[in-house]
Amino acid sequence: MNEKKQAAAEQHAGGTFELQGALRSLAVPFLAIVTAMILGALLIIFTDTTVIAAWGEGLGSGLRRSWEVIALAYGAFFTGAFGDVYHITETLRIATPYIFAGLAVAFGFQGGLFNIGAEGQYFIGGLATVFVGYSIKGLPMIIHLPLALLAGALGGALWAGIVGFLKAKTGAHEVINTIMMNYIAYRLAEFMLDVGGLMAREGYRPVSPEIQPSAYLPQFFPSDTTIRFNAGFLLALGVAAFIWWLLYKTTLGYEIRTVGKSPHAARYAGINVPRTIVITMAISGALAGLAAPADILGVIHFMPNSFASGYGFDAIALALLGKSNPVGVVLASLLFGALRAGATNMQGIANIPIDITSVLQGLIIVFIAAPEIIRAIYRFRGLEEGEGLVLTQGWGQM
Amino acid sequence: MTDKLEKEGRRARNIGIIFLLFAVAILVLFLPGTDGGGLTTFTFNTSKGEVLPLPDLVFATRLGLYLLALVTAFLGAWQLARGFEQLNAVLGGVALLFILGFLSWAARDKSMNLTGMLQSTLLRSIPITLAALSGVMCERSGIVNIGIEGMMLMGAFFAALVGSVADSYWWGLAAALLGGGLAGALLAVLSIRYKVDQIIAGTAITILSTGLTSYFSSRYLQANSALNSPPTFRPIALPILSKIPIIGPIFFNHTLLVYLTLLLVALIYVMLFYTRWGLRTRAVGEHPRAADTLGIDVFKIRYINVILGGMIAGLGGAYLVLSSVARFDEMMTGGKGYIGLAAMIFGNWNPIGALGSSLIFGFADSLQVKLAIMSVPIPSQFLLMAPYLVTMIVLAGVVGKSRAPAADGVPYEKG
Repeated sequence: MNEKKQAAAEQHAGGTFELQGALRSLAVPFLAIVTAMILGALLIIFTDTTVIAAWGEGLGSGLRRSWEVIALAYGAFFTGAFGDVYHITETLRIATPYIFAGLAVAFGFQGGLFNIGAEGQYFIGGLATVFVGYSIKGLPMIIHLPLALLAGALGGALWAGIVGFLKAKTGAHEVINTIMMNYIAYRLAEFMLDVGGLMAREGYRPVSPEIQPSAYLPQFFPSDTTIRFNAGFLLALGVAAFIWWLLYKTTLGYEIRTVGKSPHAARYAGINVPRTIVITMAISGALAGLAAPADILGVIHFMPNSFASGYGFDAIALALLGKSNPVGVVLASLLFGALRAGATNMQGIANIPIDITSVLQGLIIVFIAAPEIIRAIYRFRGLEEGEGLVLTQGWGQM
Repeated sequence: MTDKLEKEGRRARNIGIIFLLFAVAILVLFLPGTDGGGLTTFTFNTSKGEVLPLPDLVFATRLGLYLLALVTAFLGAWQLARGFEQLNAVLGGVALLFILGFLSWAARDKSMNLTGMLQSTLLRSIPITLAALSGVMCERSGIVNIGIEGMMLMGAFFAALVGSVADSYWWGLAAALLGGGLAGALLAVLSIRYKVDQIIAGTAITILSTGLTSYFSSRYLQANSALNSPPTFRPIALPILSKIPIIGPIFFNHTLLVYLTLLLVALIYVMLFYTRWGLRTRAVGEHPRAADTLGIDVFKIRYINVILGGMIAGLGGAYLVLSSVARFDEMMTGGKGYIGLAAMIFGNWNPIGALGSSLIFGFADSLQVKLAIMSVPIPSQFLLMAPYLVTMIVLAGVVGKSRAPAADGVPYEKG
């Protein structure tokens, strides 16, 4: 049973798999998304008063009205995600920090660690990147921009590295510690950016100063200021490729994955497990930290105090959806980018609360984590026993 | 064996040194801000007219600080020279001395009402306690519950909606238990029936609950205040008990939900350690295979505990709505579910420990508010960080070890 699981995991984790296997492993995510969209449609229908009124008039008008409501909502959804150049670039822009955050959690999963603190690492990465961005003046872009990016990565790496160190040294579970570090990060950001704080700009707004233009990520459409699509997206793709290479083509990656599958076996094989845990956590944090420059250097160009991003949870969903594989995470991020861009438009046009994206995300996670449900609904087999993902361990195990 | 002894000896010495450092910290941190003639005033009477009003405690700030540092240093020296038997209790005492030093400094040339602050400490710790109890219920039977936040949100939402529609806080309370119980049942099905990774299942429940409650809230509750204005529980002053100075206002003048929470702490403690159900629960959480061999239905125990745990989290949500603010706001739990999780670990998976650590979180919170009112010049953010830092330190085993049930988080397979 366990061996099968491992074999299945190996098949997903491995960079090379056959086409048939690839299609098969896409079946569950695809059906999970479709099912979540259908349930979302039902939610929209049954919370619409005009639909409920129409059902009272009879079956025909009820069905018609339901169809109208759904067509309007999902129509707005698809236009919002893919309708024109603006919306497509918006989807890609939103996907950019998702790729970084999703890679962060996925990388942790590969090493057997559950980094639930991407949010806090994002905050610290944001503080670091914005500080380098506004405080250093007169540098050419070729130096300033990489420096600001590096600061973001280092901030996140430090924040998560502490947790990795505590886990390696004392066995303290990373889930609780990353949650604690999240709250410490919120407070720290608040302290820094509150009016009169060390990193706040003059005046009465709790935000950092504007960063220097030399730290901006270059825009793809500089002539059209409404389009916010920038080079951060290419950077994200590059980093995803690098992480793929690191995981599957290097000794370090092999060690990380081995520790992830079985720390005992890894120890037996002579791998320095505590060191690997710290490195895994630090790289994971660096990735989460890079999500902040994607927003700050690429789009808003300062850091606000109320920076509630929700990336921490989204990132978990992304890593699951992408089965912890960098390629999968990129695809999942594009999907979530579309989901969010679409939902924004849906809120504007069809007046559907944007919170529906959380409902869809939650459902997608449930279906992917429990593929048996999907199999039962669609009555298909063909998936191996033990497809269910076991990615984390209880508090006590290590 | 000698290795272990040596380790314990080292720990005893480290703690002695920590005590001495605390004594130094009291002098270095708090003394510079005071002047020779400065007075600190602590008051104990709430405004409600006590039967036995207590006199205010007024003392010279400097003298007080010297005394506190002296006692702390003495405890440290004793620990180094002889060692204490009840080390953790003494450690708590030293922490208390340090906090008293801090309060004496903060209230210099001013007056601070200690009774009022402790009362608000209790109130602020109630939702955290309930969240932690929810965790204890689930994890003692071997199911990690990281979805407490979501379960609380469900409870809060149902409490507000049903309480408003029925115009009764009793119905609101019942609905909250149902909402939390449903979320608990989802966690149970996912982690027991489908053997989903429990941390992922809990995360999914929080995301789903946040989405659903926010969705319905912005669709219905915000537009229509008739759906979002439940009646609230009123404080009940217990006869005689509420008249006791200090203790009365702190413990015996609250709403029913507060008393219920304190009762639950005692009840779950007794149930867990002195009844058959408790023994079975712990057996299932520690060694499900052995429990199964002895004829205990592992799945049934886990289902019951997780659903009850969900209901307790729902009660926590109900407290937020029906005891104070009287409305549901999106994401109104503000991370209390996660803080409860930390309190559970900090409290070593024990209901009384969970209450104790929730009180620490509640104290930091109420102190922060108090200091802001008194305009004490330290950033409130650092005070709010403190409990999280302390949790991490405890978790790292610097001051004693917290241990999870052995089978916590491991799906059970019959076989």
